[in-house]
Amino acid sequence: MDKRLDQNIQVLEGEFPQWLVRATGVTKAFGEGHTKIPVLKGVDLEVARGEVLLLVGPSGSGKTTLLSVIAGILDADDGDVTILGETIRDFSPAEKTRFRRDHLGFIFQQYHLLPTLTAAENAAVPLLIRGVSKQEAVARAEEVLRTVGMGGRLAALPTKLSGGEQQRVAIARALVGEPQLLLCDEPTASLDAETGHRIVGQIRENGKKPDRAVIIVTHDSRIFEFGDRIVHMDDGQVHQIQQGPEAFN
Amino acid sequence: MNFVALKMLFGDRAKYLMLLAGLTFSTMLIVQQGSIFWGLMTWSMSGITNVNAPIWVTDPNINQVEEIKPLADTAVTRVRSVPGVKWAVPLYKGVQRARLRDGNFEQIALVGIDPSTLIGRPHTIMEGKIEDLRAPEAVAVDQLGVERLGGPDKVFVGATFEINDHRARIVAIVKTQKSFQNFPFVYMTYERALSITPAERRKLSYVLVSPMEGVPTEQLVRRIRKETGLGAYTEEQFGWKTIGWILKNTGIGVNFGTTVLLGFVVGMAIAGQTFYLFTVENLKQFGALKAIGASTGMLARMILLQSFTVGVIGYGVGVGLATLFGLTVGSGGRLPFKETWPLLVGVFVALLMICSLSSVISIRKLAKLEPAVVFRG
Ligand SMILES: Nc1ncnc2c1ncn2[C@@H]1O[C@H](COP(=O)(O)OP(=O)(O)OP(=O)(O)O)[C@@H](O)[C@H]1O
Ligand SMILES: [Mg+2]
Repeated sequence: MDKRLDQNIQVLEGEFPQWLVRATGVTKAFGEGHTKIPVLKGVDLEVARGEVLLLVGPSGSGKTTLLSVIAGILDADDGDVTILGETIRDFSPAEKTRFRRDHLGFIFQQYHLLPTLTAAENAAVPLLIRGVSKQEAVARAEEVLRTVGMGGRLAALPTKLSGGEQQRVAIARALVGEPQLLLCDEPTASLDAETGHRIVGQIRENGKKPDRAVIIVTHDSRIFEFGDRIVHMDDGQVHQIQQGPEAFN
Repeated sequence: MNFVALKMLFGDRAKYLMLLAGLTFSTMLIVQQGSIFWGLMTWSMSGITNVNAPIWVTDPNINQVEEIKPLADTAVTRVRSVPGVKWAVPLYKGVQRARLRDGNFEQIALVGIDPSTLIGRPHTIMEGKIEDLRAPEAVAVDQLGVERLGGPDKVFVGATFEINDHRARIVAIVKTQKSFQNFPFVYMTYERALSITPAERRKLSYVLVSPMEGVPTEQLVRRIRKETGLGAYTEEQFGWKTIGWILKNTGIGVNFGTTVLLGFVVGMAIAGQTFYLFTVENLKQFGALKAIGASTGMLARMILLQSFTVGVIGYGVGVGLATLFGLTVGSGGRLPFKETWPLLVGVFVALLMICSLSSVISIRKLAKLEPAVVFRG
């Protein structure tokens, strides 16, 4: 795989490994006995520092499952995931939780906003979990909400927001903690082309830093241009790796 | 995250109100029933507490204070001869009939006390002088007596009425704790009480005793029992003996016990159920928090904060309502209602138990919750 990858990360230097995420031989099956369904069938994947990686593939191919395994939310049956030099398998459940809190950001397919919190409070949640004071957390969340075009709806409850607006609150929530690894599951599903463009541009900008990386699961070909690489997943395996913008331009 | 927890709680208005209603109802029921129960017990012990003596000497087979089994007259001197006794005085108690000015009769609880020491007299004298009981025909009447015997216009210091056809002149108005039987208390000297009551072989109801300085009360009680063969109890022992007898021989204990237990179980069921539902319905939200990095400990603290918040509010409202009931329905001593600190503390502890238990069930659910739920539909 890996001339292209090598070229891509040559610019990044330092004593750290050049990749921020490395998954090797990851397998995952659901169920028991003869109802056991293998979903991930030995996935190898590396994400470089400063890279924005798009993960595409048919429904049911295991994209969300792979994302969950990388996040330490699901345990792999076999294989290893290393993020920022830490092997997730070695962590206790509590350490995994702490690692997510301190280093990861999420945009879920369903937004999972808390219905009784305002947009600003929802976006502030990752900071609150880290112990930032309410006042400071909400102030920072409001700033991020403004950058995603939600400055006018700071005090709105999720039920009063459209799907696209809720998605943008979820995106602000993912960005507010400045995570080193941002995992996004269909972040533009409810957004119109223009907003989707702007937001993914913002996600990209946020991730294009030497100590960061972004993985975006998407079906949305309109945002392919934002990926440094596009990884195709099919039937639990990573099949093709394409160079990003150039490949589609 | 505290405010997030509270907003989750208060934001779900319907569940919050249902939780609150359950806990309030439970608290109110327990406090109200407990207060009435303790009120009844206070009434039933009034025969003891109104007298205020450290040791009671009784018939050896006595069951409770109102069931008088008279002693031989010699009991007083026999008790006095027990080493360690500072004083021992007789007490007469009996239900008699007073005749009012208008010719009507009213039952009274007559108390005859030792004239020289006046031991057994009520704690509070509202009008007149209790020492005047030593004068001929003198009696003291309590507040219930004033009411029952004709009201303050007819019953006052200096007024007269009749007991068993003997003239009684009121020299003092006193305050007593109401009794279970709800008769007014009328006080006079022991000798006069003997002389105006119908002839009987024995009339000495109790001997009241105080130990000498340095003699432990309970030790003296044992010694009196041993040397005289009579019954002897400290004031407290006699009180509990009376309560124990009432609980065993009337339906009161079972009745109140059942209601209190019911209040506890109902509160528990409603609160536990609703709270569990509340958690289950918010499972995805908790899962999202867990995925974002909230530890199980943090979620547990949120749950505890939620349940104790609604618990404390429910407690406050419930105690408030029960107290209001006591102040209105039970005012003026018409209903036995005594809200005591131990009861309030006990109910608070019970409520914390209800809250903790329902939290634990929810917390266990959250501890097992896989954050992976948030990535699925
Ligand atoms: N907890 C689970 N238990 C059983 N099967 C599961 C579980 N999670 C996922 N699967 C199965 O694993 C397969 C891959 O699911 P996954 O959600 O990873 O697909 P996906 O690529 O994200 O699809 P989509 O594009 O529709 O979101 C599916 O067949 C799904 O039914
Ligand atoms: Mg998916």
